[in-house]
This record gives sequence, structure tokens and C-alpha cells, in this order.
Amino acid sequence: MTADQYNFAYLDEQTKRMIRRAILKGLAVPGYQVPFASREMPMPYGWGTGGVQVTAATLVPDDRLKVIDQGADDTTNAVSIRKFFERTAGVAVTEATTEASIIQTRHRIPETPLREGQILVYQVPIPEPLRFLEPRETETRKMHALEEYGLMHVKLYEDIARHGTIATAYAYPVQVEGRYVMDPSPIPKFDNPKLESPAIQLFGAGREQRIYALPPYTQVVSLDFEDHPFDPSRADYPCAVCGAVDSYLDEVITDDAGGRMFLCSDTDYCGQRQAAGHTGTEGAP
Amino acid sequence: MGHAALSGGFRDAPIQAAHVFRAAMTATAQPGTILPVRGATPPAPLSVAAGALLLTLCDGDTPVHLAGKLDDPSLRDWLTFHTGAPLCDPQESAFAIGEWEDLAPLNRFSIGTPEYPDRAATLIVELDKLEATGATLRGPGIQNEAKLSLPDITAFQDNAARFPLGCDFFFTCGNRLAALPRSTKVTR
Repeated sequence: MTADQYNFAYLDEQTKRMIRRAILKGLAVPGYQVPFASREMPMPYGWGTGGVQVTAATLVPDDRLKVIDQGADDTTNAVSIRKFFERTAGVAVTEATTEASIIQTRHRIPETPLREGQILVYQVPIPEPLRFLEPRETETRKMHALEEYGLMHVKLYEDIARHGTIATAYAYPVQVEGRYVMDPSPIPKFDNPKLESPAIQLFGAGREQRIYALPPYTQVVSLDFEDHPFDPSRADYPCAVCGAVDSYLDEVITDDAGGRMFLCSDTDYCGQRQAAGHTGTEGAP
Repeated sequence: MGHAALSGGFRDAPIQAAHVFRAAMTATAQPGTILPVRGATPPAPLSVAAGALLLTLCDGDTPVHLAGKLDDPSLRDWLTFHTGAPLCDPQESAFAIGEWEDLAPLNRFSIGTPEYPDRAATLIVELDKLEATGATLRGPGIQNEAKLSLPDITAFQDNAARFPLGCDFFFTCGNRLAALPRSTKVTR
């Protein structure tokens, strides 16, 4: 089967209309999880089917798509999703954050600040921030309806009681416009401040069949306590390749004798810095 | 059903609907933004923008209410042929379309439930003018404030006061559209 035998962006039109209606309601009620009839996609659940469906419903032919997986453009998940849309939607692709009109992401927000007009699509595994505290959907739905978020604060408090600090390091819960508590997907909490963005942010959870959204400039507050304020922590090293001191770092084990190095998780950001002449301890001169 | 009902739809639905949705999404995400759309030529008096929105968002799953003078046979036939959307009363509608006076009173439309605020109606309001002047808008999607020529103030304030419940609005005029989701706070 050749690519031009697919409908534009793979999905049929009725599916896209259903997803599009969910996206509009998600934008109208920021942070609220809109149920949608998630489809089987030609990839397993857990590989970004929610993000792919949201991207497919949002793409226009003149878009330029970037796909990242934990910040990297060149990992399996990112490469295969990028190729999928090159083939089924015929859109241009890029690895540069600044050139992209739509960015689909797994678990990172790009380091380069996004601008108005860009769209960031998140792949979400578990959209319900209260799920690990209350397994019943009927209950969590009621808790959101009643704005009953005490349980989440108890969880964060127990973190402090046990570890002396809030130990949640990723998927750190946020409250949107003072109303809905939302799971920002498993981005590191380092990325939480970037959730207040000029870009449109859409979240798709395929297996869990939920779509939610943040319009530009929406107020997004990471939950914390007055005496334990939110801290977007970062490993205390410069990037070994580009020397950046402001980016989120991956730890790479280099031998079996305790050797390790830290380098940018955002490959585009690291590459741009190297091209501009920045170099770290392990960077090519 | 006359011949006229069969024409005026999208020529290339996947592409044209994608462009119209992108405009509708941008307008919803950034209330007050006025954007042009094209691709639909519905029977008069329906505007191009309203027709394009209906073609993009409506199908057999979305009951549509045609209000006032829009509830005429040629438009009913056109909508039924192109979208398959069932026509209904305001109470059951997922989408409603009409002039502002014909849509009132708004309490006939679904505002969703506390558990499912997404089950609220979307109202498409046909306006004679649509400009970035008049009422002041603040809220999600707006950096500081935006202006939009709304047909009313109090009705939208009451709607926003119910957040997270409430209706969501598109405004259409000729080939242009703007949006006012329930999250937007309106002042004079």
C-alpha cells in the first residue's frame, strides 16, 4: 500500500472530527480531561498513540513537524512517528525547535523557548494525577468535580515527612488557573515552569482515552507548601558536550568503574550550542 | 431536496477541514483572535465561516439546532446532506447556530455537568460585524487583554461565572470567525 492511499494524516474524517471536538472542549476548560474514543493506531499503546491522534487531527499540509522522545530527535519513537507523518500526511519535518510549527513530545519540553503560533503535543501515559492515590475513575471524577484535592496535598506532605523534601521528580502535579489539578505528563519537574507558554499545549492519552489542553499564557502552578516551595531541580553539572548550565541533563554511565557524564537531554539545543562554538569537557574542540 | 443542497461542501474535505479546524482551534485557544476560513459555500443567509465550522465539526454524533430564520428548508437540506447531523431542539443540541436574538435565552442550552463539563453546547453566533473593538477579554489564551465586538456583555459574564460549566461560543461574520470559550472573563 502506497502512502497516497491513506487519508490525509492517516485517520478517517469522522475520527478527526471527534478528536477535534474534544480538543476544542479541552481548550475551553483548561486542565480538564475530555474523554474521547481513542482508536487503534499502527503502533502499540504506550508508544504515543494519544499524541499521534492529536497531532493527526491538528496537522495541516504546510506544517513542519518535530518529534522528540525525552528531548532527543534521533531515538526510535521519535524517528518512527516523524516518518509516519512524513508518509501519511506528506508534511515537512525538522529537528530545529525554532523551525517547527508542531512539536510532538514524549516527556520533555524543548529548552528553546516556544513562541506564539507553535503547538506542543504531549504523549501522556496516565492522564489522571489522582490515579495512584485513588484507583476508581468514578471517585477521581467526583474529586475533580468537587475540586477536592486534599489527597494530593497529603501525598506531597507525606513526601516531606518521610524524605524531608517533596520527592516527586517527574509528572509533578500542577493546578491550572486555580481550578483543575493536572498531570503535566512525565516531564521532569525541571520543565514545569515552561508550562506557562505562548504556545498551544495539547495532551493526548491514547490508552486512557483522554485529551486535555492548555491555551497560551494559561496560569499553571506547581503544587507546593509555603515552607516547602516548588524547586525545579537540576543536576549540578555543566553539559559535558556543550557546557550548558541551564539545560536538563541526562546521566550517562561510561564504564563499570563509576565513570559517568552529564549531557543535555535536548539534542537540538545541545547541537545548536555546539554549532555556536560552545564546548564542554568532553566536546570536540 | 433541491439541487442547491448538494453543492457548497468541501471539495477536498481532509485538507480543507484541517485548515478550518486549525483556525477554529487557534481562535478558541486565543480568544479575541479573528481568523479567515474558506472552503464552504452554504445557502444564504448562512455565512461562509459558519458553514465551514459546521462542515468541520458536525456529523451524525452531534445534534444541531438551527435557530430563528436559519431554520429553513434549504439550510436543513444542506446540513443534512453534507454532515448527516440530526436537527433538534436547543436542549438536546451539541451545536446551535443563529443570530444572537434567536439563540436567547441561553439557559435552554446544555452547560455540561460537574463530572463532565465537556458535555456542553457550542453556539455559533452569526454577527453583522466582527471587529477587535468593544468588550475587554481576559483569561487563558490572552497575554494581557483582548477586545472583541460581542453582541452582549452580561450574558457572557453569567456564562463565565459558571466555570467550569457553561457554553462555548464561535462568532462568525462573512468568511471570518472568532471564539469565546467559557474560561474568558468579559468586561465592558
